Amino acid sequence: MATRVIMPQLGESVVEGTVTKWLKKQGEPIAEFEPLVEINTDKVDTEVPAPAGGVVLRLYVGEGETVRAGTMLAVIGQPDEAVPEQPGQPAAAAEARAPSPSEPRPPAAPSDLGFISPVVARIAAEHAVDLGRIRGTGQGGRITKKDVLAAVGSEPTLAAPAPWEQPALGELFRPTEEVFGASGEAQTMEPTMAPPGSLLPLDSVRRAIADHMVLSKRTSPHVTTVMEADLSRVVAHRQAQRSAFQRDGVNLTFTPYFVSAAVEALKAFPLVNASWSDRGIVLHRGVHVGVAVSLGEKGLIVPVIKDADQKSLRRLASEVNDLAARARARQLKPDEVQGGTFTITNHGISGSLFATPIINQPQCAILGVGAIQKRVVVIDDAIAIRPMVYLSLTFDHRILDGASADGFLARVVQALQNLT
Amino acid sequence: MPEITLIEGIRQAMDEELARDERVFVVGEDVGPRGGVFRATLGLFDKYGAGRVIDSPLAELSIVGVGIGAALYGMRPICEVQFADFIHPAFNQIVNEAAKMCYRSKGDWTVPLVIRAPYGGGIGGGLYHSQSVEAFFAHVPGLKVVIPSNPYDAKGLLKSAVRDPGPVLYLEPKKGYRLIKGEVPQDEEVLVPIGPARVSRAGRDLTVLAYGMMHHYALQAAEAAAADGIEAEVIDLRTLYPVDRSTILASVGKTSKALVVYEDNRTGGYGAEIAALLADEAFTDLDAPVRRLAGPDIPAVPFSHPLQDWFMVDAHKIGQAIRDLAAY
Repeated sequence: MATRVIMPQLGESVVEGTVTKWLKKQGEPIAEFEPLVEINTDKVDTEVPAPAGGVVLRLYVGEGETVRAGTMLAVIGQPDEAVPEQPGQPAAAAEARAPSPSEPRPPAAPSDLGFISPVVARIAAEHAVDLGRIRGTGQGGRITKKDVLAAVGSEPTLAAPAPWEQPALGELFRPTEEVFGASGEAQTMEPTMAPPGSLLPLDSVRRAIADHMVLSKRTSPHVTTVMEADLSRVVAHRQAQRSAFQRDGVNLTFTPYFVSAAVEALKAFPLVNASWSDRGIVLHRGVHVGVAVSLGEKGLIVPVIKDADQKSLRRLASEVNDLAARARARQLKPDEVQGGTFTITNHGISGSLFATPIINQPQCAILGVGAIQKRVVVIDDAIAIRPMVYLSLTFDHRILDGASADGFLARVVQALQNLT
Repeated sequence: MPEITLIEGIRQAMDEELARDERVFVVGEDVGPRGGVFRATLGLFDKYGAGRVIDSPLAELSIVGVGIGAALYGMRPICEVQFADFIHPAFNQIVNEAAKMCYRSKGDWTVPLVIRAPYGGGIGGGLYHSQSVEAFFAHVPGLKVVIPSNPYDAKGLLKSAVRDPGPVLYLEPKKGYRLIKGEVPQDEEVLVPIGPARVSRAGRDLTVLAYGMMHHYALQAAEAAAADGIEAEVIDLRTLYPVDRSTILASVGKTSKALVVYEDNRTGGYGAEIAALLADEAFTDLDAPVRRLAGPDIPAVPFSHPLQDWFMVDAHKIGQAIRDLAAY
């Protein structure tokens, strides 16, 4: 049985990938899970392992070629197996190859044929055989496997394509459409008058971000609510722990504090750690927090801290370091940018006080963290100078109402202010 | 090459393993001076002494429990349960302790234990000396279940079982102890790996899947059917858990018809799992329903001889099922 190797979907909004290098040549033997091909996308570079062992029967995509996720890249099987010339659906290929019968005879209605066993149905489909023209010799005149094989042998058909095995399981090998469903195209307003200027071509990251932003805005009614938090304790804690963390090789930034506070609030408000579906609101069991990392002009990527609720501040800090560093080096693994249930974006880095971020679908909410600034605040009717931050929460109004969203955000503020 | 009986293969395996490794010992009811109720340990007591061929009290729970403890202590026990019918008091020890130890201790502890038990009917043994118990145990990850059908495999599988790092339940088709004979080389080591099934007869028209005594009958039935021009492929499963899926699927992929034969009660018997495997993974290869030929769903193998014959699957019944399936 030949096995298809498919261009995987490497990241939530990545729809295509480039074959950078084949690690096996056509005709070379390969073991299951042995690296077969290096794939490059605008978000990650990775190796794709062989979904089955055997011989690399055919490579369909050359090095340097860019194809959509779900495209067949290669076929692995046994040396003598036939493979199709073009990567296509085997059923369609068989149909196209069907010989037009010389005698004009209407195909028999399915009910006339008696019981058709699975293997007979399969062979007939593969060879485009008209079962109505075969005389059955089985029980009650049933067409047996031997009957259909005899008919195939006598029919002037081309060599049959090898029977397809299901591609290996796992997200990596599933066609994109199966994973995400066919998504609608974003509406584009073509400029009616061409103003003077030049056209900047879109790269795939730009297009992926654009598609996702439009999809998100069209999908969820966005509402943003803003609160501010006094970070005195966070700043003091960070100051006190920084060198201790440094000794362990961990650069303690503010981000893990925000992740930790968000996790506490997510546990208290499970409705925020959720997704909308027509059947109901899906409450996620795991708390997986995405942290947006800017790649400068190359766009941005959101690596995910898995099971953030199971992790200490130290662990969060070291994972934030690691994911951010590898994000910038484009060395993230595909599953490190998938599966988030909530996202934090630290727009304060570029000086922004507060923003209205767009929800990372299919999540419920996104937390924007503004710039930390010392501000004058009134505490117990006295004027004090405190490190303050604005926190913006954009949420899906289908799932949350204002009061519960504010309850969540207040809990984040409380966690930051009451840090012990 | 000399021809020996199946039980002689078992005896030789224990003899050789006792000689090879001083951690190996045999424990069970009447295994000592008497040489076992079926004579599987005949002569071993005289050869290795009371310290290594140990008569136990009539308590299967303790035979297996002692074996587990000794295995954890570094020994290589071979526990004999006199009849598989009496293994049930030890069920908790086997399933809850032996099978789970490696998993439970994250691999720190393993239980290199062999439990031998004669199983199966057709010997006039009635309710308590005829049972097939494999389905209970082939359901338990952590436990390997092995059933030989001939003297060569009996010897080679038992020796492999003794050397296996985990617990192995080794079920012996007792009707075949002296009925089934075969050539086994005596001047070389015979080892048969646990895991792979064996295509014992090649054929094109259908696949018969069996083990133990039923495999012996299946071969006879396949030979008889060949006279009618039906070429049945016969597979001896040998290891029931973990089962050799690739050999099974390759054969049924070729023949497109499968007959699963087992002696146990039909409902929930081990062959039901094979049938389910084929329905699941060989669906588009099938040209006929997967057939099961098994014992009837009654509480026990009857003592009355005519009723015992009615209960037992034999070569004649398998032959009929082969012809029916070939004609489908």
